[in-house]
Amino acid sequence: MQNHIPVLVLADAAKSFGSVVALADGRIDLQKGEVHALVGENGAGKSTLVKILAGVHSHDSGTFEVAGARVKFRSVAESKAQGISVIYQEPTLFSDLTVAENLFIGRQPKGRLGLISQSSMRQQARSLFAQLGVPIDPDRLAEGLSIADQQIIEIAKAISLDAQVLVMDEPTAALSGSEVDRLFQVVRSLQEKGVAILFISHRFVEVFAISDRITVMRDGSYIGTWVTKETDSNAIVREMVGRDITTLFPKEEATRGDVVLDVRNLTREGVFSDVTLSVRQGEIVGLAGLVGSGRTEVARAIFGVDRYDSGSVVLKGRSLKSGDPQAAIRGGIGFVPEDRRKQGLVLELPVGRNIALTLRNFLAKVGLISQSSERSHAKDWGDQLQVKARSLESGVATLSGGNQQKVVLAKWLSTKPSLLIVDEPTRGIDVGTKAEVHRRLSDLAQAGVAVLMISSELPEVLGMSDRIYVMNEGHIRAEISRAEATPENVMEAATSRQKVVR
Amino acid sequence: MPVFLTRLSRLRELPVAVAFVTLVAITATLNPRFLLPQSVKDLLLNATIIAILAAGQAMVIISRNVDLSVGSILGLSGFATGTLFAVFPDIPIVLVFLAGISVGAALGAFNGILVVTAGVPSLVITLGSLYVFRGINNAWAGGTEHFSGDRPKEFSNLSVDTVFGLPIITLLAFTVIAAMAIYLAKFRSGRDFYAIGSDPEAARLFGIPVGKRVLTAFVINGALAGLAGVLYASRFSSVGARTGTGLELDVVAAVVVGGVAIFGGSGTVVGAAIGAFLLTTITSALTALRVDKFWQQAVVGALIISAIVIDRVSTLRNARRLRLDQARDSVPALEKGVTQ
Repeated sequence: MQNHIPVLVLADAAKSFGSVVALADGRIDLQKGEVHALVGENGAGKSTLVKILAGVHSHDSGTFEVAGARVKFRSVAESKAQGISVIYQEPTLFSDLTVAENLFIGRQPKGRLGLISQSSMRQQARSLFAQLGVPIDPDRLAEGLSIADQQIIEIAKAISLDAQVLVMDEPTAALSGSEVDRLFQVVRSLQEKGVAILFISHRFVEVFAISDRITVMRDGSYIGTWVTKETDSNAIVREMVGRDITTLFPKEEATRGDVVLDVRNLTREGVFSDVTLSVRQGEIVGLAGLVGSGRTEVARAIFGVDRYDSGSVVLKGRSLKSGDPQAAIRGGIGFVPEDRRKQGLVLELPVGRNIALTLRNFLAKVGLISQSSERSHAKDWGDQLQVKARSLESGVATLSGGNQQKVVLAKWLSTKPSLLIVDEPTRGIDVGTKAEVHRRLSDLAQAGVAVLMISSELPEVLGMSDRIYVMNEGHIRAEISRAEATPENVMEAATSRQKVVR
Repeated sequence: MPVFLTRLSRLRELPVAVAFVTLVAITATLNPRFLLPQSVKDLLLNATIIAILAAGQAMVIISRNVDLSVGSILGLSGFATGTLFAVFPDIPIVLVFLAGISVGAALGAFNGILVVTAGVPSLVITLGSLYVFRGINNAWAGGTEHFSGDRPKEFSNLSVDTVFGLPIITLLAFTVIAAMAIYLAKFRSGRDFYAIGSDPEAARLFGIPVGKRVLTAFVINGALAGLAGVLYASRFSSVGARTGTGLELDVVAAVVVGGVAIFGGSGTVVGAAIGAFLLTTITSALTALRVDKFWQQAVVGALIISAIVIDRVSTLRNARRLRLDQARDSVPALEKGVTQ
């Protein structure tokens, strides 16, 4: 496989935005029919490299060859014309258009008089989906499709473009296990057809399951490339972070105190029902289950963002009204939502303002907020959590995912919550920051905070939680202690169809 | 349900078309004179100019923009038409049409270039150009008005003579609407406008020439507003400094009532045109039914709000239906991370 001319070679590529060097030394070479994994912490320069391949950015210096010929893309169209297709982490479908049209936008098949032919477009879409073995109706709108289906559509698009290079930027970040399996089947069949695939992921299990070679990047530079079979995940992690990470999940014992949160028979028609759970001081309670099992919805109802129909939420002995997040915050609940860009942060505001958001009432004197006290509070908390930003005035949108999450955490920790609800606290966060987030949660528990943690990552659930509730189709199917918990019994409860009696 | 019926029921133009037919039927039952040839002709004439403006505006709104300056563009083009006939009484009519359309296209290009290069929402840009263009019109016209007496008979007759019972300018409007409809539905570049309106960022990532398309939308819309200005001069007796003032809101209302989503991405030119006919007809119908003039505006307002509410509700219902379909299709999936 190594003897052919590489399909694509990028060497010594650099890219700066103003004074910020996003990519110092980007290198990648892709062989025909290989799956090449690209790993690195957030901010390592992977996205910039991908955007150079995609033609979104042009490299400032370095060489870029496709099929042996020097290229420098100035537009996405040029990159596509060279047979490069990119699937972004968040699929970029047009929700108002049909699936078929999404596949062919800009190159719809033409019929008589040069007009777009709906019927042949539909037919071609059908045959593409048949080839991939997925039952998606080409006539439906893209609106409401699951992320997995959206990605399949992106892949179908790449196939119909006859892509020679397929770049997948964290395609599995939002997929469930069986969806990942389906994706991998498709990837392997493309590989057999000779397509070169660049696969970017934070998940080592997947990287090792699918890739032939692994390239590691750190701080905008190329570190090295390894043949997957000849290395292991510890070695790769070491190269990624430039140091050893001994404990990924450093939950330490904490003394349990009184019950902080007591939820009884919480029901929201059609979403979840009869949910009873409790969290004590110093305890981290995991809320596990499949995506769509109602975990996030329960958390939102506890926090008061959504209403509930019946049942009760009692916080430190005081009952909380349905649908009143202000009361929840006053009562001492902090909520770190799943989607930090949309729900956790005000992207337009600078770092400092974001941290101080929850403190507005506390900071206000005679109804006015003093800039200086806002800044000093923001600085305290930003420092405590080691937020890496140039200054408190930098836009929060420019930070890496891990640092954004730290800002969200700082925002809530500054309110000194007695209960912290975290929903997927480490989604899309690099290994180093992940460990930091875990350490922080563990510290909080030791300081007596009650933590309710929703997570889809089984190792995280098992490693961090003192107790685990498993949700399944809107019900709590099992409550498992740390000692008893195994990957098998948690998954069993999450996927079984009958009620688990305990 | 047969595929045909399913598709029909999902048409965004359906509510407005049904409303239009119902309105005409009820009014005609209560007041048969409503359907006399002369009344129908007046109705069509009244709706023609708004319908052309709505067709252009629909294209702009579909691409997630808006052009509030169309009333002012129409005014300038209308006054230019009057002036041309006053200064060169023998000028060929075709040339006048070309002049009016060019004036409109140039003003549209001004809007479009600002929107594309400045990256400021078109709402703000065109709110500004609404006043700028109107100011130019005021400065140019001053107290002058051009009356239809100065214009050749053949020109005024465009809004009097009929072919197959339809006034010529209405036929012209139908042609424009049909051409626009085919372009937006059946041409690759036409479909791009929907993609841009659906998700401008994704469109950019996908390599769709967003700036070029948005500029095109503004130029075409300007050109149509220019055309509407020429027709205005044919239809009405005078053009002056205030011609077309306030029309922009009627146009946006017609587009929205016609089922074009105000945030872009969906809707059609035909729907927008039907919206224009509906709004014009309602005014005439309420007059024919002797409803107080004050109430007429309230009815139009209620119609706009209900159009938006209906749209929102049906969007939510669709989203729900799609979610349920999805849930039914997918087998319970193992959670990610399980494989460890």
